[in-house]
This record gives sequence, structure tokens and C-alpha cells, in this order.
Amino acid sequence: MTQSTETTLPLWPPVNSARGPFTPLDDAERQRYFGPVTRVLLPTGITAWLVSRHTEVRQLLRHPAFSSDLTRPGFPLLRPLPPEATRDLRGAFLQMDGAAHTRLRRMLTAEFMIKNVRRIEPLIHRTIDEALTDLAAAGPPADLVSTVALPVPSKVICHLLGVPYADHDFFQSRSRRLLDRRVPPEQLQQAAQELRAYLRSLIDTKRARPDDGEDLLSRLIRERVEPGELVVDELVGMALLLLIAGHETTANMLGLSVLLLTRHPGRYALLRDRPDLAPGMVDELLRYLSIVRTGLFRVATEDVEIGGRSIRAGEGVIALIALANRDAEVFDDPDGFDPYREAHQHLAFGFGVHQCIGQPLARAELRIAMVELARRFPGLRVTAEPQELTTRDHSIVFGLDRLPVTW
Amino acid sequence: MTPAPRPLSVETTLRVVVDRDRCCGAGNCVLTAPEVFDQDDADGLVLLRDPAPRDALRERVQRAVDLCPTDAIRFD
Ligand code: HEM
Ligand code: SF4
Repeated sequence: MTQSTETTLPLWPPVNSARGPFTPLDDAERQRYFGPVTRVLLPTGITAWLVSRHTEVRQLLRHPAFSSDLTRPGFPLLRPLPPEATRDLRGAFLQMDGAAHTRLRRMLTAEFMIKNVRRIEPLIHRTIDEALTDLAAAGPPADLVSTVALPVPSKVICHLLGVPYADHDFFQSRSRRLLDRRVPPEQLQQAAQELRAYLRSLIDTKRARPDDGEDLLSRLIRERVEPGELVVDELVGMALLLLIAGHETTANMLGLSVLLLTRHPGRYALLRDRPDLAPGMVDELLRYLSIVRTGLFRVATEDVEIGGRSIRAGEGVIALIALANRDAEVFDDPDGFDPYREAHQHLAFGFGVHQCIGQPLARAELRIAMVELARRFPGLRVTAEPQELTTRDHSIVFGLDRLPVTW
Repeated sequence: MTPAPRPLSVETTLRVVVDRDRCCGAGNCVLTAPEVFDQDDADGLVLLRDPAPRDALRERVQRAVDLCPTDAIRFD
């Protein structure tokens, strides 16, 4: 393909805050990007294939010939890789393939399975109760993001991992930088290395007192690191992944969910009057809001046909789960939010071997937080119009910076 | 109206098989059909509680097959 045709390709991702928080792409953008396979240009000058229909997204994410290793040539990077990326990615199984990925993921699967999340529901409940008490004390009016949406998942993941929540300003500011596409490579590297140094010293402290902790990191040290199955650098990377994925995602879902549901008082009241509907509503919120809006990134390791298009080894692909979740072939009236919809087939947690390991935890946090909020704050209202709120248009995880509420 | 119970011997059952090597332990199957699927306490991977579920569970087992992210469940 020649340079001149490449420059006419549509750019991905398009930044356009005029769409408002509930529209992943407006109609004109959908014309441009929706289709089995569309060629796009990334900010790094790399071209990639965008895949946006439900069937093809599933096929792609389940296909063994697509790699998540962002150090591979051709990987569809949105920003240049920092020089020491390979070292800083040790243990980050989100970016690994095959046996290397399986080995680390399997050390954690039992931890986050439904049964175990059920066991920690009292902890989740308590954390939410405390946050709602803080909200009541802070207002009205108050900011729902800083009082509830961010502290709840942060405290829960800190508790599970054995990371002191008191350090939240430190790790939240750095993890936000890691997710921001505008941050230059040197700053990205600095944020990653500061977080790794922090977790490494925490792990070293835990190793010095081996029998102390029942938290996940202490157990992984005893059961995996000491017997020689896992090196500390890998544990650092796993902890970092869990810490970031464990709070930024649920936090953004919570803020957006409250904004969406309180726009229609009937929907919000439904959470209180019909809490049995809450699990289904959580899935519909996940589908409708699809916060990982820039998509899931892969590079082909072999020639593969997807959606009638041949993708060559070494070419990048982006699975647009946000559009797949609005695919009319699968969801009736896909742009409507329907609290009664059974949205099981949504792809908000991804698909294939990397499908979110934290989904039982995320579902429980969202369900309990929404139901308790509606119970304790039945008159909750957002005091800004959706268009007035600052949205994270440059983040890999979409969300709101603040959500002013009153009651 | 509920249909008269059929004798056990002729009630149709399903045959379900799982492939633990493919399973990534995300637990969609347990969420969808907890009567049929479980996860191993030791490694979080899928376990079949009931390899021959009643036909009445067909729809939900089919959904578990569709939702499994790694294609680890099938009808035999
Ligand atoms: C509503 C909240 C959440 C959403 C929408 C979400 C979304 C996702 C998505 C789309 C992926 C797949 C990425 C890919 O295929 O490249 C993923 C993976 C992952 N998520 Fe979540 N997530 C959420 C909450 C959580 C929580 C609470 C945790 C904490 C334990 C977590 C931990 C992870 C990890 C460790 C991975 C990597 C799995 C792997 O590579 O095998 N997530 N998440
Ligand atoms: S849905 Fe599939 S991958 Fe997930 S636990 Fe069940 S069998 Fe394993």
C-alpha cells in the first residue's frame, strides 16, 4: 500500500467529545468504522484492521493466530513503546500468549472465581456501606466519583492483594497516566517503573514476614515464589495488572452507570424496588456503556481470514467490543438501554483466553453498589447535563472525572 | 398445566463434555448453568457437576456453550 492512500485512511481512535458519554461512535463515525473489517491509521503511523461486528469480534478474540504481545513487530500501538518496555512488562499476562499466559493466569483463576467472590461479598458490602456514609457526610451536593465510584473498587482490590489503601493517591495518579494515550513514552515508563518499585518493596516486606498475611500477595509468595515456581519480578507484574485493572474499570463503570440510570427516575427506582433485576441490569450496563472503547489490540501471527478479508501475518487488528455490543444482528434496538434485556452475549469483558478474570468481582461490586445507592439515596440526582461532564476521551478505559450529585 | 412426569428411564438427557485444557476459568458457564458446571477449588478450571443434565436444562447449557470464551464446552 502506498503512502498516499495510507494518509487518506480514517484515523483510529477518533476523539470527539461532542458525542456525549453514551455514544461510543456517532452515526457518521459508524458509517466510517462499522463493518466486518475496515482499514485504519493509528497515531503511531501504523495501519491496522478494525473489526466491529459481534460475530467477527468473537471469532477474532478466540482465534489462536492473534497475539497480545505488544512488543511484536506490527502490533497496533497507539503510542510508541517506551525503551525498557520488555523489562517493565514482566508478569503482565494481559500482554502474553499461549503457555506463558496460561501459566500466570492459572495461578489466579481460583482466586477470582464466583465461589470466592461470594465469600468476600461481606467485605464488598462493608466497603460500599462506608463509602455511602462518606457520601452522606460530604453533601449534598457531593462528587460521586471521589466519594464512592473510585474508593469502592480501590479499597476492595487493595484489601484482596494486601496493598495499603493509604497509598491510593500514589498508585491512582500513576495508573491513570499508564492508561492515558497522550502521555509520552518517557513518562509512561517512569509511571510504570515507580509502580513496579513500589510493589516490589511491598513484596519484599511481605517476604521478610512470611507467615503474616492471608492476602493474595502473601499467599502467592508462600505458595509460588518460595518454592521457585514464580520469580518476584513476575509477581510484581501480576500485582500491577490486578491493581490497575481492579479499580480503574469498575470505578468508571460505576460513575457512568449512575449518570445513565438517574436520568430516568423509574430505572433508578427499579434497583430499589426490584433488586432481583440488578444482575441483569449490570450486564446491560456493561453492554451499553462498554468502557473499553478504543478496543482490544492484537497482531496476526499467521495469515487468517476474518469477515471475508485476508489478514496477513504481522498485521495489527483491533476488536471493537463497543460496536460489537451495539450490533443489531445480536441485540434488538441496540442503541436503547433496556433494564429488562438479557444481554448475556455482550463482549464488554472481552472474549477468548484473555477474557476478564475479574468479572465476578466487577459484577458483584457493581450490583451491590448500585442497589445500596438506590436504597440509601432514593432521591439521588446528577446536577450537571451529560454534555457538561468531562469524559476520559484519551484514556484506554472510558469514564467520567467527576460526577456532581445531590439528593 | 404441568405435564405428567415421565418415567425416569425414558426422560431424555443431554451429554456434555468440557475440555479443561482450553478453559480459562472466567466462569461464564457457572453463572449460566450452576446445576451443570462448577469450578475447581484448586485451579479455578471448569468441573462438570452433571455430565448428563436433564433436557429441561438444554437452553441454558446451550447458552453456556455459546458464552464460553475458549470453546471449552460442547454437547457430545
Ligand atoms: C467493569 C469492570 C471491568 C471491565 C469492563 C473489564 C474489562 C476487561 C477486558 C475487556 C479484558 C480483556 C482484555 C484483552 O482481551 O485484551 C480484561 C482483562 C482483565 N481484567 Fe478486567 N475488566 C473489569 C474489571 C476487572 C477487575 C475488577 C479486575 C480485578 C481482578 C480485572 C482484572 C483483569 C485482568 C487481570 C485481565 C487480564 C486477563 C488476561 O489477560 O488473561 N478486571 N478486563
Ligand atoms: S465458560 Fe468456558 S472458559 Fe469459562 S469457566 Fe466455563 S468452561 Fe472454562
